[in-house]
Amino acid sequence: MKTIQKIGLALFIIGLVGFSLLPFIGTYQLEKEIVIEQVKDIHAENMTEILSPMFGKEYGSNFAFIADFNTNFNAYNDQLKSEEDWDNVIWDNYVFPITKAAAQGPVSESPYFYLAITIGLAVLGALLYILPLHKGETDGIKNDGIYFSSMKSRGILGIITGTWLILFYIILYWFPEYLTNLVLMVDPLSMALSSNPASQWFLYGFIYTLAILVMGIRMFRKYKGNAYQTIRTVSVMFFQLAFAFLIPEILVLLNMPWHDFKNIWPLDYSFFYEYRIDGMVSSGALGMFMLVWGIILIVLGVPLFTYFYGKRWYCSWVCGCGGLAETLGDPYRQLSDKSLKAWKIERYMVHGVLVFAVVMTAVTIVNYFMEFGLLGQATDQLHSIYGFMIGSAFAGVIGTGFYPFMGNRVWCRFGCPLAAYLGIVQRFKSRFRITTNGGQCISCGNCSTYCEMGIDVRWYAQRGQNIVRASCVGCGVCSAVCPRGVLKLENGEEAGRLNELPIIIGNKSISLKS
Amino acid sequence: MNKSHKHIVIIGNGISGVTCARYIRKNDEGVSITIVSGETEHFFSRTALMYIYMGHMKYEHTKPYEDWFWEKNRLDLVKGWVEKVDFGNKKLNFQNGKTLDYDVLILATGSKPNKFGWPGQDSIGVQGLYSYQDLESMEKHTQNINRAVIVGGGLIGIEMAEMLKSRDIPVTFLVREKNFWDNILPFEESQMINRHIKEHHIDLRLETELHEIIPDESGRVKAISTKTGEVIVCQFVGLTAGVSPNVDFLKNNPVEENEPSLQIQRGILVNAYFETNIPDIYAIGDCAEFQEALASDRKNIEQVWYTGRMHGETLAHNLTHQKSVSYQPGIWFNSAKFLDIEYQTYGHVPPFWDEYIGSFYWEHQGGKACLRILYQKSDMAIVGVNAFGWRLRHEFFDKAITDGWKLEKVMVNLNKANFNPEFFEAFHRDVLKKYNQETGKQLKVGKTSFLKKLIGSRA
Repeated sequence: MKTIQKIGLALFIIGLVGFSLLPFIGTYQLEKEIVIEQVKDIHAENMTEILSPMFGKEYGSNFAFIADFNTNFNAYNDQLKSEEDWDNVIWDNYVFPITKAAAQGPVSESPYFYLAITIGLAVLGALLYILPLHKGETDGIKNDGIYFSSMKSRGILGIITGTWLILFYIILYWFPEYLTNLVLMVDPLSMALSSNPASQWFLYGFIYTLAILVMGIRMFRKYKGNAYQTIRTVSVMFFQLAFAFLIPEILVLLNMPWHDFKNIWPLDYSFFYEYRIDGMVSSGALGMFMLVWGIILIVLGVPLFTYFYGKRWYCSWVCGCGGLAETLGDPYRQLSDKSLKAWKIERYMVHGVLVFAVVMTAVTIVNYFMEFGLLGQATDQLHSIYGFMIGSAFAGVIGTGFYPFMGNRVWCRFGCPLAAYLGIVQRFKSRFRITTNGGQCISCGNCSTYCEMGIDVRWYAQRGQNIVRASCVGCGVCSAVCPRGVLKLENGEEAGRLNELPIIIGNKSISLKS
Repeated sequence: MNKSHKHIVIIGNGISGVTCARYIRKNDEGVSITIVSGETEHFFSRTALMYIYMGHMKYEHTKPYEDWFWEKNRLDLVKGWVEKVDFGNKKLNFQNGKTLDYDVLILATGSKPNKFGWPGQDSIGVQGLYSYQDLESMEKHTQNINRAVIVGGGLIGIEMAEMLKSRDIPVTFLVREKNFWDNILPFEESQMINRHIKEHHIDLRLETELHEIIPDESGRVKAISTKTGEVIVCQFVGLTAGVSPNVDFLKNNPVEENEPSLQIQRGILVNAYFETNIPDIYAIGDCAEFQEALASDRKNIEQVWYTGRMHGETLAHNLTHQKSVSYQPGIWFNSAKFLDIEYQTYGHVPPFWDEYIGSFYWEHQGGKACLRILYQKSDMAIVGVNAFGWRLRHEFFDKAITDGWKLEKVMVNLNKANFNPEFFEAFHRDVLKKYNQETGKQLKVGKTSFLKKLIGSRA
């Protein structure tokens, strides 16, 4: 490792440690004005009363502050609940905005400084480490030492990384009030983009985008000389930066609903939720466009593009989850399970989630038009179960947190309902396939090992059979790592695509069917 | 579906033996099949050994079939080294004292690295690379070393050099020939690989022969000397001057008078049906030697992955069908990878050719891709192709060579032969330009419409 890379690594670690510790610095003090400003008018009176014991008190940590907040707040609500006075129970979650507003620490005073020494340092360090990678080396596969790496082969570094990611996601989804310092740090950025203060989701979107951009640059280094990988990586970087990050914020600036134009139902599972539909319908022509565009993507875009290009047009070129998997997750792609058993589990799970998403959405839409009381409750129940289990726990905590344990496509492979939908089209009606080059396979196993979706590519290649699998996202890495030029991703005529009983070229003694 | 109750035993669980076992089982549900190997319990891809050393894969990833596969297909596996085959009593004697009876025996014992009697060739840290045990030994003997020497400029030699370089071990590569692998490759191709080896900071010594391997007091290699008297200090020596059939344990001296003895020259002698001189004994893969070469461009001993597979397929057919077929290999093909440069060949491309053969050669300006097509001058039909840094479609050239396509037909259809990934530079235009320059012709590639390009249509 070059000196500059060592410096980079050190800076990255300092930045990451800073980021991890930042939530726990500073003091918190609540005043009446803060409460009035942060809560709905109808709750202002009650909330000021509930939280009055906290006013003027300086808390040394967010733990103490949040604990006190919860004690006071829960005492009030629990009392009402025990009296079954449901109408007066405060269902809104005020702990995050109030904690954020009560923060008195140095972060709110100099957010740019803290941004620079945490995220800034981590990005700078990562780039210093990444840019010199493979310098002076010839173009080619750079997989040396992957299975000797603690980070990339479930060693202690991988376990630490996975644990950190899992904890981060759990706090982000269910305890964001502990992250207020981090959110405060990106407030000015959010203000500049959308004229709105940052939420935890803005923070998340910001670091998500940075991760894709920085690790995208790593992809350029790692796969240099491979045009398919380079162009594909540019594509995911562009779609994340423009479509998932900048455009939605600009929409908010223009008083439009936050909207990601490339996100498609059922991955975007809340697309047909009442608040989303109402938001779009009430936002003029652009809002209507969001609604119509979204539906066109579902009914026309997915089948049509998938017919011509396979699901790769979305999963490994456009999608945000795919974008993170293909960049941040690339070092872990070899950890996916290739066994037949895993494939069976995968099919049950991913199609199960698709069914769940479709049923939930159907109920939602029926309820939207019928406004039927019981159905409304069922809808709410389904939304909260889906949001918790699939939207947060599966897609986030497991989807990304498990990168270092089960590979970078755990969510896409086992959970993503859109991937399931795209996959059905790809399997049964598409021009896409991975062509196997005659009899050239030597069964080495590089293709299977580096398949992030856990497809046993070799099983097909060694029998001269084209690979047509619902789960293939078309990342092209099997083709890249093949030492004998056996695999080619291509779109072609449907005839001859599924050669289920191939004849391996080269032996004229017999015509063998595999 | 045939049914029989014979016991077929296969010695060797490489590609030949395992392919044969799989196809016997496909064709015959009844027969019992046992695969014997002392090397590993399960079949693995020998060609992938290098990737284990380089950290691209673990051993388990090199197994083409999951471990349950064998029991499910009732392929019994026996791990153990066979000491001797008792051809008279149809029995295998294992080194551990056990025995195994057979009705039919298939020998698929593979190869072993050549040693040519160099002084010191049995020192510690001197080895070839063929088996899993070789890999373990290489792992053990290349820890904390300062330099390794590879002797022999073939495919395993360059793989070993690449393996060592992946661990930042300096490598000196002794090649007896004028250029790398030039007993197989034509001059330009050899030159290209020479350059590429040097580009990887491998100390390539052409026209350099090993004189002696010098061990230290403990018997471990400490240096080698070349025939010109140069001494190179090293702690590991890779001997990669080819392989030869692994048949020593089969050379039996009959105890009883009427006990048959297996005919062996370099390999186990077989006819085109893989039959040896003893009934019910067959030999396939690297260890078999054809009594007569099967075609003018074919060797008597075929030592590549693909031929091993075809031997296995053909013998399995014969053992499960009434009517036997002789082994008739189709158009020759092979592939390899020299560090970062992939190589594919179809048909017959020798290092030299006579005056009846013409050659068209194109090299990419970057010097890492080239194409050579040999053709008969009489009718311009192509006979063989070498491609470096350019993946070509097997199906295309299998057909073009079989059907005797003329050079020009191949030239204008090269885009259809291209197998490089999408978005890679389209070499075929450059090739055609060179062809037109050389011949004064105005050939053009068929134009593809924008729409067809957009949807990736090849037609």
